[in-house]
Amino acid sequence: MYNEKVMEHFNNPRNAGDMENPDGVGEIGNVRCGDITKVFIKVNEQGIIEDIKFRTFGCGAAIASSSMLTEMVKGKHVDEAVKITDIEVADNLGGLPPQKLHCSNLAADALKAALKDYQDKQK
Amino acid sequence: MDRIYMDHAATTPLDERVLEDMMPFLKENFGNPSSAHFFGREVRKALEKAREKMASLLGATPEEIYFTSGGTEADNLAIIGSARALRNRGNHIITTSVEHHAVLDTCLALKEEGFEVTVLPVDQYGMVDPNDVREAIQENTILLSVMYANNEVGTIQPVEEIGKIARENNILFHIDAVQSVGNLPVNVEKLSVDLLALSAHKFYGPKGVGLLFIKEGTGINHLTHGGGQERGKRAGTENIPGIIGMAKAMELAYSELEEFVPRMEALRDRLIHGCLEMEEVKLNGHPSQRLPGNVNVSFEYIEGEALLLSLDFKGVAASSGSACSSGSMNPSHVLLAAGMSEQTARGAIRLSLGRHNSMEEVDYVLQVIKESVDKLRSMSSIYQGKGER
Ligand SMILES: Cc1ncc(COP(=O)(O)O)c(C=O)c1O
Ligand code: FES
Repeated sequence: MYNEKVMEHFNNPRNAGDMENPDGVGEIGNVRCGDITKVFIKVNEQGIIEDIKFRTFGCGAAIASSSMLTEMVKGKHVDEAVKITDIEVADNLGGLPPQKLHCSNLAADALKAALKDYQDKQK
Repeated sequence: MDRIYMDHAATTPLDERVLEDMMPFLKENFGNPSSAHFFGREVRKALEKAREKMASLLGATPEEIYFTSGGTEADNLAIIGSARALRNRGNHIITTSVEHHAVLDTCLALKEEGFEVTVLPVDQYGMVDPNDVREAIQENTILLSVMYANNEVGTIQPVEEIGKIARENNILFHIDAVQSVGNLPVNVEKLSVDLLALSAHKFYGPKGVGLLFIKEGTGINHLTHGGGQERGKRAGTENIPGIIGMAKAMELAYSELEEFVPRMEALRDRLIHGCLEMEEVKLNGHPSQRLPGNVNVSFEYIEGEALLLSLDFKGVAASSGSACSSGSMNPSHVLLAAGMSEQTARGAIRLSLGRHNSMEEVDYVLQVIKESVDKLRSMSSIYQGKGER
């Protein structure tokens, strides 16, 4: 059902786990399936995302998408990271089965929520 | 360790002895049983012998056995065929919320033809209460369809008792016994059943062949139009190699039942206990009235699909409930009917044991499950336990 890249990320997820004193936290639940992803970010003074972690309760696609997203985000400026879409996450994974496309929303939305949390804290 | 197959409720491997019996009918004995010449006559003879053998195993007469393309078609023929035949007597059908989709969706499809369908609830173990059956019966009830054993959680229904109720009320009784042959004694007389569906690939026979028992004197309309095979009930040239294979597979299933069941139960119970020793796990289905090879457990905080992928990666084949629904994101209708929350239902996996599984495999699988569950929980957003890094 899933391609090799998805399976590789699923089996060896990057940046899974918790973070102490994150600068931003975002948590999003998927209304369609009840799955939940949480993203933690650490941002330096230049606005670069130095570290990112995720935790996901979800299917294989949700876990692989979370992992892929963290890879895409690490080292990017917050202004760039905010532009990342679920479609880009799915594309970077080499595509997801049609009924699983919604799963990549979770990670992308959780990142947006984490970035917003970070920006709110800056004010 | 080699790849381990624990998905026998989805399908079983073909028995060597079954294949051996089938081979001549895949090669030299290719005649059409409806042909008058000796190529056909020869095959006709074998077909009728297979029919007699299966009838006698089931406690039926050969005239009561109708071959189909599998369990799904047998269920469709039983339900649609009898409902249409009895349309002038009534239009109410009773079934249960835990049926296979081959039954549930067939009953619901009849609504479009003006039938009324009552879908009975089940208890927390997925079991139907015969009292609910009694109460659901109306003056216009014509058909009652209840499965013998559930394909997802393995719960064995009180079909004998339900059969009595059907008889008392003069209602046709259909049993989907697809998961039963090889696991339970199946005798149509003891079950006082009018219609009973079977599928060969669930008991080490070939895929794409099954049968419907139709009790003598039961009127049912045919669904396929054509050459009038199977005494007009199921048109289409019979799947001869399949039917020959099914007969052998059924013979083996019956003769090996006594040896098979305790062996499966021992594996099953070890697997269940091993799972329940892990944290926050729940056994789904009935604690004792369950199929000898069925294990269905829910692990909290993780999703069954993710767990299956992880097991698959380590060479263990399991399922999330039913082969047909993998890939869909809906939790099992059986678990929801048993009152489980969506979140817990999503954490369910089914391991169904079979002839070739060993204790050694069970122990290995337990270890693999534990590793996978721990790993997935350690990255789950809703898990706060000690798996945290
Ligand atoms: C209880 C039950 N009924 C019906 C079926 C359908 O049988 P088949 O695959 O032969 O169409 C299955 C298996 O998939 C089953 O488990
Ligand atoms: S099914 Fe819910 S995130 Fe994939």
